[in-house]
Amino acid sequence: MTVQIWTYIFVFLTFGLYIGIAVWSRAGSTNEFYVAGGGVPPLANGMATAADWMSAASFISMAGLISFLGRDGTFYLMGWTGGYVLLALLLAPYLRKFGKFTVPDFIGDRYYSRTARLIAVFCAIVISFVYVCGQMQGAGIVFSRFLEVDITVGVLIGMTIVFFYAVLGGMKGITYTQVAQYCVLIFAFMVPAIFISILMTGIPIPQLGFGAELTDAFGGGYLLDRLDGMSTELGFAVYTEGQRSTQDVFFITAALMFGTAGLPHVIIRFFTVPNVRAARHSAGYALVFIAILYTTAPAVAAFARTNLINTVDNLEYASVPEWFTTWETTNLISFNDKNGDGRIQYVGDPETNELNVNRDIMVLANPEIAGLPNWVVALVAAGGLAAALSTAAGLLLVISTAVSHDMLKRSFMPGISEKQELLYARIAIFVAVLIAGYFGINPPAYVAQVVAFAFGLAAASFFPAIVLGIFQKRMNKEGAIAGMIAGFVFTAGYIVYFRFINPAADNAENWLFGISPEGIGTVGTLINLAVALTVVRFTPEPPLEVQEIVEDIRLPELT
Amino acid sequence: MSDNSAHDYWRANIRIVLWLLSVWFLVSFGAGILFVDALDTIRIGGFKLGFWFAQQGSIFVFVILIFVYIHLMDKLDDKFNRDSRGENKGHDGGSSE
Repeated sequence: MTVQIWTYIFVFLTFGLYIGIAVWSRAGSTNEFYVAGGGVPPLANGMATAADWMSAASFISMAGLISFLGRDGTFYLMGWTGGYVLLALLLAPYLRKFGKFTVPDFIGDRYYSRTARLIAVFCAIVISFVYVCGQMQGAGIVFSRFLEVDITVGVLIGMTIVFFYAVLGGMKGITYTQVAQYCVLIFAFMVPAIFISILMTGIPIPQLGFGAELTDAFGGGYLLDRLDGMSTELGFAVYTEGQRSTQDVFFITAALMFGTAGLPHVIIRFFTVPNVRAARHSAGYALVFIAILYTTAPAVAAFARTNLINTVDNLEYASVPEWFTTWETTNLISFNDKNGDGRIQYVGDPETNELNVNRDIMVLANPEIAGLPNWVVALVAAGGLAAALSTAAGLLLVISTAVSHDMLKRSFMPGISEKQELLYARIAIFVAVLIAGYFGINPPAYVAQVVAFAFGLAAASFFPAIVLGIFQKRMNKEGAIAGMIAGFVFTAGYIVYFRFINPAADNAENWLFGISPEGIGTVGTLINLAVALTVVRFTPEPPLEVQEIVEDIRLPELT
Repeated sequence: MSDNSAHDYWRANIRIVLWLLSVWFLVSFGAGILFVDALDTIRIGGFKLGFWFAQQGSIFVFVILIFVYIHLMDKLDDKFNRDSRGENKGHDGGSSE
């Protein structure tokens, strides 16, 4: 059977499964719609969190980015996992004890202020929209390549599916769909990785194959040494050495970690478990499930890069393999015979390099490049879609709850009934899907890059406000509001300036302390903290009942 | 009296968190970023040690850290529960939510 038939089979099977779960888990109350009734077992929540978290960027783009960044790609790996340590130790148990529905709920109640709540609503919506566009775009890429439909049609199909189970089931539907999507995506990521590891090193565990010797067919020697050698020979940067400055890598890693811990769609997953202990346990499970993919990704990156160079370097264009031609039609790989010798020169020097490879295809095309069976190639499509749709659904729920619960019910229309609130939540998801789809079809930049900005914004706004709210009993509304505004405005301003207003100046010489826009969220976090801690000294301390809330969330439930 | 055990609980909690976060910082920002080049002079199999910490080792440590945290906090919670039960006899009972 061809790749396309296999892809249709996998996509139909998995989509059928998602829709089945959606119908089975319709939400009847706001409690079910917002937090799945609060009774999700820790193991299931761990899987759901992993799927919620691992986006199209993790699945499709990350290994490819690392492939081209080499050691610098580290900030994605450490940043997107290290944040879970912060989440587990500093946020999840306390927020669960607080026990409401949303992140703006916490900010609004803890800082006893409608303004604080509305700022949190604004930040949650902006962050989630930035992030969800990347997911829709990822889904579009997978559809257009594997099912050979137009990207626009691909995005529309993705929108319809998410819309269906998110609107029907809310958090309840999303949670159990995400459990299924985790299984699909991890299987789809691991099977090709294991195949390739066996093929290239004879070792079935990619994490070990990464540090092993290549088989004779691939020329022997340690994989990483070989990759370093080939990179040097062709004029690319040495794979296991860093190119970016240490402080930039440091700040990007920190921004991704703080951002991870401050992303509302991840935080709200911990509202769905029964108690504080379950929140801690599910954070542990979540990181295990995430680490399976994240420790495999750098191995895939090295395998894919070695394989790509081996396959295409100095290859006669007339005899390129089939996958090369199919990916050429999507413009994700392109050849320009500059010296007219009919061969592909793939080198580091942009003047003479004749091959342009989009990062995203390093995962998507990797199984084909390695000559794996058709069903494995098709599996990647189902996995990429599972990753994109699961994250998109979690984000859309944040947008919807921010509007129906925090903006309407808790701020402007407190008189509405639960039924009306639920209706508004569903309308909000519908509108959000439409907007996300629009940006999915007209995307601003690379999937992973767009997503990286969401982290900077979450790091600079939510993370400090929540941590201070838990660990600083005296933190008051004035401090928190001033901190969030300062952090968000600074970070957003820096990113917008370098990426949209003056992209020509976007290089290390003009950056503040040599920190790129991806890493500026860390500075935003520090500004937020500094402003909040300064303002609190000159303003009245929070009311007694708020201080009691803080005392209360610090302690576990009595059993 | 209950305030006392709550106070102890919170202090013990902070101590655990600070210890674990120092390890977290050392393996990620320390071994993976600041000292990566120095560690790269050590080789284990096909890996340079700094590179391994940066791309794999730190993630394994993160997982271990969370499970150590779960274990320590579960124990601390149990102790807190016992203490509060003892202290709350005849007291307001500390609502169990």
